[in-house]
Amino acid sequence: MQLVKEGTVIDFLGKRFYAGIFSAILLVGGVVSILMHQGLNYGIDFRGGTNIQIRFKEVPNLDQLRNFFSEQNLGNVMLQTFGAVEDREILLGLSVDNPLGTGEKLTSGLREMLQPNYPEMEIRRIETIGPKVGDELKTSALQAILIALGLVLIYITFRFQWRQGIAAIITLLHDVMVVVGIFSIFDKEFTLPVIAALLTVVGYSLNDTIVIFDRIRENISKFRKRELLPLINQSVTETLSRTLLTSGTTLMVVLALVFLGGEIIHDFAFALLVGVLIGTYSSIYVASPTVLWLTKIAPPKTSD
Amino acid sequence: MNVQFKGGLILIVLVAALYYVFPTFKAYQSGVDPQTVADKVNLGLDLQGGMYLDIEVESDAAVEEIVRRTRDNLEDLLIDEQVDFIEVRQQQNSLVLEMEPGRKVQLEESPFDRILVQFDETVDGDLVRLSIKPEEAERVRKNSISQALEVLRNRIDGLGISEPSLQQQGENSIVIQLPGLKDRERAIELIGPQAILEFNLVNSDATVNTYNRLTETIKYEETWDKSTNKLLSRRPFVLEKKVLLTGEFIRDARVRFDPQTNQPYVSLSFDSMGSDRFAKITQRYRGRNLAIVLDNKIQSAPVIREAITGGEASISGLFTTEEASDLALVLRSGALPAPISIREERTVGASLGEDSVRQGLMSLLIGSALVLVFMIANYKLAGVFASVSLIFNVVLIISVLGAFGATLTLPGMAGIVLTIGMAVDANVLIFQRILEEMRRTSHPRGAIKEGFDRAFRTILDANVTTLFAALALLQFGTGPIKGFAVTLSIGILASMFTAIVVTRFFFDWIYLRRSSLQSISI
Repeated sequence: MQLVKEGTVIDFLGKRFYAGIFSAILLVGGVVSILMHQGLNYGIDFRGGTNIQIRFKEVPNLDQLRNFFSEQNLGNVMLQTFGAVEDREILLGLSVDNPLGTGEKLTSGLREMLQPNYPEMEIRRIETIGPKVGDELKTSALQAILIALGLVLIYITFRFQWRQGIAAIITLLHDVMVVVGIFSIFDKEFTLPVIAALLTVVGYSLNDTIVIFDRIRENISKFRKRELLPLINQSVTETLSRTLLTSGTTLMVVLALVFLGGEIIHDFAFALLVGVLIGTYSSIYVASPTVLWLTKIAPPKTSD
Repeated sequence: MNVQFKGGLILIVLVAALYYVFPTFKAYQSGVDPQTVADKVNLGLDLQGGMYLDIEVESDAAVEEIVRRTRDNLEDLLIDEQVDFIEVRQQQNSLVLEMEPGRKVQLEESPFDRILVQFDETVDGDLVRLSIKPEEAERVRKNSISQALEVLRNRIDGLGISEPSLQQQGENSIVIQLPGLKDRERAIELIGPQAILEFNLVNSDATVNTYNRLTETIKYEETWDKSTNKLLSRRPFVLEKKVLLTGEFIRDARVRFDPQTNQPYVSLSFDSMGSDRFAKITQRYRGRNLAIVLDNKIQSAPVIREAITGGEASISGLFTTEEASDLALVLRSGALPAPISIREERTVGASLGEDSVRQGLMSLLIGSALVLVFMIANYKLAGVFASVSLIFNVVLIISVLGAFGATLTLPGMAGIVLTIGMAVDANVLIFQRILEEMRRTSHPRGAIKEGFDRAFRTILDANVTTLFAALALLQFGTGPIKGFAVTLSIGILASMFTAIVVTRFFFDWIYLRRSSLQSISI
């Protein structure tokens, strides 16, 4: 399948002003949302605490449960429906210093609390992260992201030029910040799997970017006399079919994960979904314009 | 590489892959116990259900305990030797001996040197400061972890889990994995307590308000309502601080039943040294109450009716049979050298694990089906080549996981699904190149060659960077995320092999062998 007619060159870079506005809206929207939420909505992986997934016999009334738990003096309680309503499940979040603790009382105490009113409930999953582990995970998440970005910068600078390296890093930061911002706008929790998804998005977006950079490099050596701007447009156009096809197949599997993968990996799959869309967009509209811009402000010497 | 060589290589890889996939395939047939099959892909705790515990051994407390015991011994010795001292205080890892003004004591001489070998001494007027040597403190800390591993292993064996795993992680934490665990509460009740058993005399004449704070202490006997799990009463006892006997001397602990009431109790038998001591204690304090204290709570405080010379004692209370047998197990396994606390717990019920496996497989199936249909619709025969490569890819991932006995987690399954979508990229890059070359030269044979050659470098660059991201994730140690990083990494490597070698083979085999090639189906 050829999505673009032979010989046509789409003027992608001509739209770079609008792309800039679009990216700015996404980024500023994300930052505003994060400020309004007073920081990121960290999951228990990073802030510590306990999550308990409970299944009831009938669809539970969330308001009723909320009242019930507030009478039990469990401290700060977070309560939400987990998965589809017909799954009859809730996720109960308790803070690190909840009075049931982390020992056997956590489940036995909860069971005694709930059993009189909800005799047939099933505790399906318990996750407790101590505050120390939360801090450790935060550090290693940050490390993982820095390691990934560092390796990428080195590799791209080695294989291409420093301009491409910087452009790739700017593109990746853009992608990561947009996904984080969208997570904040949707008030989704920031968990360890979401970090994993972010890093995968970094890899994926970079993959796209490199394919385009590769083509730009090839075309530069093929048409030495041409200006950079039309060459970039030509390169992006030539690789457009591949970009869209690969995004298409990746989106197919990511959508399969979003809709069929179950609630536990839903946020992870959602981050991938947003990331694949943004990564595809950014490799065309962020990476290439940045290379153009860097070439303009720091033109290569003849030997470069 | 010629066609025969490529075909041979693919055949070898395929046979090896199938060889390593087979155990996994066999293990998860219905009616087969997966544990009986070796070299299979293990399911993570999030898929088969079970408990993951990361516990911290507070090894500093073990050092403080050694210092505390030294304090008690030193005090006893000072009294025996009639040294004029005021008191011995403990300040974390050191002791301060306060002498009567102007008095001296030679601690480096017998009999004190024996118990103070591992302490450094500094004298400041009437104060002698004794600090535990740093290397000794370090040794005690290290020891406490290995002792804790040993004790916990014994306790966990009592749970009847078929493949439990215990591992030290980092400096002072232990990761316990209990696949298939059903009863979370029981597991924590067995793992959690430090199980320090002590025997102290009760001073029945003193009250909470009138006891001697220097030599006596208050401890409580708690009564719990089993059905509501509520504390019914808390009865204080005045105990003498001096510990007469500890759980260290226990040789065995078993559940017995009282013939009259049929109530379960725990019967302790002491080793020979313990028996001697117990006989002496019961002889000397006949008529008084002896408190049996477990982790600072009084289990019972019976009256000593007669001297007990058989080396047996019993702990009675309102136990269920299971509680009594767990208490016996914990006492048999010995005390933990330091208290432990839960750093992290991930417990998944078996039914949720099954749901996750089903959902993971479903997204794998539907996701791959969509991609395969899309590729065939788009690239015709070449799409079929890509599809075969893709299936080969999945088989390769599973076989590599199996060959290394790796663990498949839910995010790991998601990693495989994601790889399917991303792995076709290499094929797409090649096919698009071939199409471009065809338009330029309308010479299919050259287009195929050029397409593969030119796409190769792009594939390499693009995949290496995704691999970086996966490698960065590997540092999350154990746990589900590592599973994702592992399958993603394997998937990327496998996809390069299948696209560059397997898909290429089909092109060579179907097209390039022909003497005249007019068109290709792409």
